[in-house]
This record gives sequence, structure tokens and C-alpha cells, in this order.
Amino acid sequence: MKPFTVHRGRVAPLDRVNVDTDQIIPKQFLKRIEKTGFGEFLFYDWRFSADGKKNPDFVLHDPRYEGSSILVAGKNFGCGSSREHAVWALADFGFRAVVSSSFADIFANNSTKNGFLTVQLSEDQIATLMQRAHAIDNYAITIDLEKCEARDDHGFHATFTIDEFVRHCLLNGLDDIGLTLQHEPEISAYESRHPAPAAMTGVIS
Amino acid sequence: MSVKKTLFEKIWEAHLVAQPAGRSPILYIDLHLVHEVTSPQAFDGLRAAGRQVRQRSRTVATVDHNIPTEPRGTPITDLIAARQIAALQANCGEFGIRLFDMDAPEQGIVHVIGPELGLTQPGMTIVCGDSHTSTHGAFGALAFGIGTSEVEHVLATQCLGQQKPRTMKIDIRGRLSEGVTAKDLALGIIGQIGTDGATGHVIEYAGAAVRGLSMEGRMTLCNMSIEAGARAGMVAPDETTIAYVKGRRFAPAGADWEKAAEYWRSLPTDEGATFDKVVEIDAAQLSPFVTWGTNPGMVAPVTGRVPEINGLREAERRATELALEYMALQPGKRIEDIGIDRVFIGSCTNSRIEDLRAAARVAKGHRVSSKVRAMVVPGSQAVKRAAEQEGLHRIFLDAGFEWRESGCSMCLGMNPDILQPGERCASTSNRNFEGRQGRGGRTHLVSPMMAAAAAIAGHFTDVRNWRFH
Repeated sequence: MKPFTVHRGRVAPLDRVNVDTDQIIPKQFLKRIEKTGFGEFLFYDWRFSADGKKNPDFVLHDPRYEGSSILVAGKNFGCGSSREHAVWALADFGFRAVVSSSFADIFANNSTKNGFLTVQLSEDQIATLMQRAHAIDNYAITIDLEKCEARDDHGFHATFTIDEFVRHCLLNGLDDIGLTLQHEPEISAYESRHPAPAAMTGVIS
Repeated sequence: MSVKKTLFEKIWEAHLVAQPAGRSPILYIDLHLVHEVTSPQAFDGLRAAGRQVRQRSRTVATVDHNIPTEPRGTPITDLIAARQIAALQANCGEFGIRLFDMDAPEQGIVHVIGPELGLTQPGMTIVCGDSHTSTHGAFGALAFGIGTSEVEHVLATQCLGQQKPRTMKIDIRGRLSEGVTAKDLALGIIGQIGTDGATGHVIEYAGAAVRGLSMEGRMTLCNMSIEAGARAGMVAPDETTIAYVKGRRFAPAGADWEKAAEYWRSLPTDEGATFDKVVEIDAAQLSPFVTWGTNPGMVAPVTGRVPEINGLREAERRATELALEYMALQPGKRIEDIGIDRVFIGSCTNSRIEDLRAAARVAKGHRVSSKVRAMVVPGSQAVKRAAEQEGLHRIFLDAGFEWRESGCSMCLGMNPDILQPGERCASTSNRNFEGRQGRGGRTHLVSPMMAAAAAIAGHFTDVRNWRFH
């Protein structure tokens, strides 16, 4: 996993609440069996019309936000389906983090497995970032996972909290399967106390 | 005096493998359900790392999301979907996982077949790369959806590192009245607490109304927990649960059965145990619901109206305006005046035998409106066979409904069953997000009875006033 330490990048404002994973990556793109190449389908139905033409009004097609790597969005970002393709699409498009006042649990979980950061700030702080991203050209912020803070060059400064273990994994780009397997003796001991039910074992055709 | 524990806490503690300092507790997973859409990259990860599936006997796969609902044997014309199905077949073969394939008599939506095969049991931890895994909580299991990285994690380790969620009790007093179903209860709850009302929490549904629900009803209720943002939803096991599980193919048998049932009876929340949050609902106040917007919290009683925008707070007003624009609805419009083009009865929310019985009861002796195309998609091959044995398919076909093969179908439209742009659908599924059932499609979530009634009337109508034949 790619480590996340300190990242500075341009901010794109997506001024909507309850952005669900069906919007982030519509279902017709979930049939691929690879992890890569989802970026071109990110927010597809908002970015493109039914005949495939670019929607010039969508924020990610505004030249002012070209090359953005930080998305600011309204509350409950990533709700709905568990599809990790949503995180893969955001990351593949070039985003490293989403900043919102709240995230759906599964989306937040999936993010941590991909070196992608979900930064939770207050609604007032989100409103400030949203307003500045609209008003200031080339508006950029720094997200510092070492200090757990987000800041800009115009006096904005906020701290955020994150589970300490998740932070440790993100900072160091750790594969958590390997970490779990360090507990092999405990897993084996648990399994010897709780064998799989008889009906589920046996020959698998 | 011993510590009072909730159902959730009992299951959580029984599955703790390790609690390493400075990291999330490691939880053992009893049952891992796998389907074609969220697993191929996980198997690739195993291969890349040279890992095996740790507990093949605790892993069960089926195909449901993108298979056509045309008669089996019809070639799959979507080549990318066919490739994904072939990948699951190859992965199950390579790693030695039990697969209920397209032509298997056990095939069906993963959240329908788990319970009907007796794989789903009280007290278990159950995961699947699908958010509606919360369905299995109806049995008093801790069941939650995971992403593909966690699918790989469970395949490799049979464990998951998990931060401990908070607990929420939703106490549903009184009884649901005639024509008001578990689906209406779920929509009523989400309408009250919002689509993020239970984020970070595991819900336990309790109270007389829940005790009175069948297992099918409890599954519908728990299924929709994720639409309130919950990590999981649960109902304490009782004699209804135990009677449902008994005798099923993968259920414990003989001496194991008595031991298991005794354990299950010890699981309900102890009197006096506390929850982080408590919500109270009066079941008698609920009516059949219809969603009018683009998330499941945007809901009104069938006798109500699309909300007015004036008076809403800024963020809510904007969200409502966007939703009404997408749905092509005017504020203040009566719900019963909304006409529909399509009806979908199916999905992991409402495709079980009891759902089909309820819809058939409404459909019997009536005709689907000439301007409506309506389809019934049983949740599994077993549901389909049971329905055909009872003659439900005859009732549907005689009334002008299509009767199809089992799968997720138009709930998410990954297969050819989709809405055309602008089409309006009464759907028994779980999400009315923009484009969910097809780009530009407009979804209204309802119960199976309400969907059947809308198919016949051509618009939403209060099923409590229905003329049953």
C-alpha cells in the first residue's frame, strides 16, 4: 500500500450531501476484474451525458479544478454499496483524500486499505473549505497525517482524529493481512476451540 | 452480579481472537459469502502473495449480481459480465471453494440462499463483499458488508481487524397494522433517523412489533439497516428463529442441534444492559410508505405528499431540490397521483416466499395496467420452486407480470434488467439512488404489496383499501 504522510494538493469542491457509491462509480463499471482503470468512470453519470459528451458544468471539468487531488464534499460521503471500486476510482483519477463532515463506515474502511485518506472535519470547517475552493484560484490545502492536521495558506487550520492503528498503517503503507497473520498462534488456537460445523466440512464438489 | 450484555456484545466477545495493544481487535469470521462482483481482485491478491483460502469450509460462493434473469441456458451476451462470472468459477475451482453456480438448484441472491440453506445461524459472525450482508442479522448474527480488500483479508486469515462499533437499540412498540409490512417499518425508521442516523452503530431491533415479524420480515428489516448507515442490524434469536433454522441443510443436527439451540437461547440482550443510543418507534402510527427522492430517507406515507421546499434548512433544501429535479416531481404532489411505468418485485430486501405470497395476494384476479411493465424476480431457485408449487407464478402470469429466473436483477441493474431514461419504477428493492436501476431511471421504494397494487392501478395506491379477490 502507498504510504500517506503529508500531502499538499489542489481542492475540488463537490457541494452535495450523501454522495453515494453508485454516483462515485456507477454499476455498469463494476464488471471489470482488475483493480486499475476505474478513474475514467469516476462520477460518470455526473461527468458525462447519456451520449458520452462531457458535462462542462460538473466541477471536475472546470479548468480551475484540473489536477485536484483533494475532494471536499458534504456529509455522509460514500454511503450505500460496499464497492471498493469507489475508492479505486477516486485514487485512479488522482485523488489522495476526501474531506467531509462524515463518512459512511464501509467507504471509510475501504479507503484505509488503499492509502487513501478520509479526513473528518466539522460542518463549519467544511463550509469554509468549500467557500475558499470556490473563491480562491489554485486553492490548495495541506493534509498532514503525521500531525493530524489540515491547513491552507490563508489561515485555515484544523486538526482531525483518526484511529491510531489505521494512522500507523497509512503512514507506513502496511499490509494488514501480514499484520493479522502475525497472530497465527492465536488464530489456530481459536480454530481448535471452534472447529467449522460438521455440515459445512466434507468434500467440496 | 454479572455484567449485563447486549446481543451484540455477547457475539463480539465470543469471536475475539486477539486484542493486540495499539491496534484494532481481531475478530474471527464464521461464515464468508462470496459473489462474482467484489471478489476477483481479492483472489488476484491471494495469488500475488502466494496465499491460500484459510477455511474453505467456512466460505461459500454464488453468482447473483450480474446474471441475466432470462431462462437459464440463454447465452450471456454481456461479455464483460460473462468474464466476471467465469473468473469466479475459475477462482472457486483453483482455491477449492463451494460454488452454487448459475445452473445449481441452490443458486440465488447471496443473502437469500445463506438463510434458506441454514448456513446463516444465530450467534455467528458473517461477512460478504456486499453492504446488504446486514440481512443475516435477522437471525441474531453479527453480519456486515466489507470491501474487496477485506474479502481478501478474510479469505487469507478467516479474521478481520475491526474497531468496535457503538450500539443502538430501536425499540418498536405496538403492532403493525394490516397492509403495513416490515419494509414500511424499515422505511419509516430511515425516514425518522436519516440515511446516516446509525453510522458507526450496530442496531438491535427490539419490541413487540419485531417479535411479531416472521423471519422473512426480520430479514427485510435488517437488510435495510445499511440504508440508515448502520454497520449491522440484529434481531435477538427466539423460537421463531430456531424453528426456521431447524432441519435446513447446513444447520446443526442431532446432539449438535440441542447444544446449538441452547446456546442461541442464551444470546438475547440481558435485562438491564445498556445501549449507546435508543430510538423509539410506535408501530401503530406507521402506514405504507413510498420514497419520493434519491435516497431511502426521502420517504412519505402513501396518503401523503411530496414535501414542500419552503422552510427547509439550506443544505436540506438544496438536496431536496436536486432530488425532485432528478425525480421530475413537484413539491406538494399527492403520492397517489404519481403514475408509474415499471414495477420490480425482487432483490435481497423483498424476494422471499412470503414477499411473493403478499404480492400475489394483491395481484390475484387483477390485471397489470396497460401502461406498466411489471416483473417478479424470485430471490433464489428454491424460492422460485416453492412459489411455483403454490401456484403463485400462475397468479402473476395471469395478471400480466413477467416471471423470471433468480438474481439481483433490477435492484442494481448490472444485468440486462434496467430502466430506460425517464422511466418511473415502483420497486421493492433497497436503494433509490440516481441511476441505480438504470441511467435516468426514477425509483420509488415500496413493499411487495404496494408494488403489486401500483402495477395494477398504474399509480401508487394505498393497499389498505385494496379489493382482494
